Amino acid sequence: MREALDEWAFVTAAYVVGVGGTALMIAWSWLAMRRAEKRRERSREL
Amino acid sequence: MHGFANPARFLRIAGWLTPLCLLGGVGIAAAALAWGLFAAPPDRLMGDTVRILFIHVPAAWLGMAGWMTIAIAGLAELVWRHPLAGIAARAAAVPGAVFTALCLVTGSLWGRPAWGTWWVWDGRLTSMLILLFLYFGYIALADATRRDGDGGGSGRVAAIFGLVGAINIPIINRSVVWWNSLHQPASITLGKSTIDMAFLWPLLAATIGFSLIFGGVVLMRMRAILADIQAEARLRRKAMVDA
Repeated sequence: MREALDEWAFVTAAYVVGVGGTALMIAWSWLAMRRAEKRRERSREL
Repeated sequence: MHGFANPARFLRIAGWLTPLCLLGGVGIAAAALAWGLFAAPPDRLMGDTVRILFIHVPAAWLGMAGWMTIAIAGLAELVWRHPLAGIAARAAAVPGAVFTALCLVTGSLWGRPAWGTWWVWDGRLTSMLILLFLYFGYIALADATRRDGDGGGSGRVAAIFGLVGAINIPIINRSVVWWNSLHQPASITLGKSTIDMAFLWPLLAATIGFSLIFGGVVLMRMRAILADIQAEARLRRKAMVDA
């Protein structure tokens, strides 16, 4: 017997996890790069 | 290859290549996902869950490509002492781990309606989970040993770990052939595809888009590591002058 599952609920969850995870990774890497480049600029001024 | 070994030259190239990869990747991936979600038809057997593959397959490809980047960069670090190789390997580890985790989660979300279960301990799923643990080990090892090399690379021990761990990649690839599995065999091989064009084109576009995002993230993380090395070197020089 086949379960009556709402396929779109699984599709939506996969897209939220996939797109959200990728967006968080981009934001985290961008912030880490900006912070490191600012630290380098500050070390030049010392 | 050593033409790109100069960090200043690399930073000049990365300065324009990073936004190009990121913006191009986000644009192509967004268009491909919208195409897969709203324009591609439901599959005859899988129904609407086929749309999960437009995220799951690129994530699986990039999880494995991330480790191959670590292994090739590790080889370049050990054999040619390429100064940016260890930094590239370290930079590829986190995005590789993220895409491996996304592959496992989206695969599980596809497995529940398609197979009736979230998880099975078969060859493909288990070897992919081992890849995620290898990433965790590599990230910890590279962080702990980075100072035994040039101060910014992953270090020789981590490079060797990256090369040895590459044995898992052909195991993942061949697992559906070697062992009984709920996971279907490869639908796309070199020069051959069993996927209908209605699904193949958005899948290829999504793979290109996410690959560009992966490249952009690796470049950003390389720039961050290089900036940290340069700041640390300046502070150390200043401390020596002051002393």
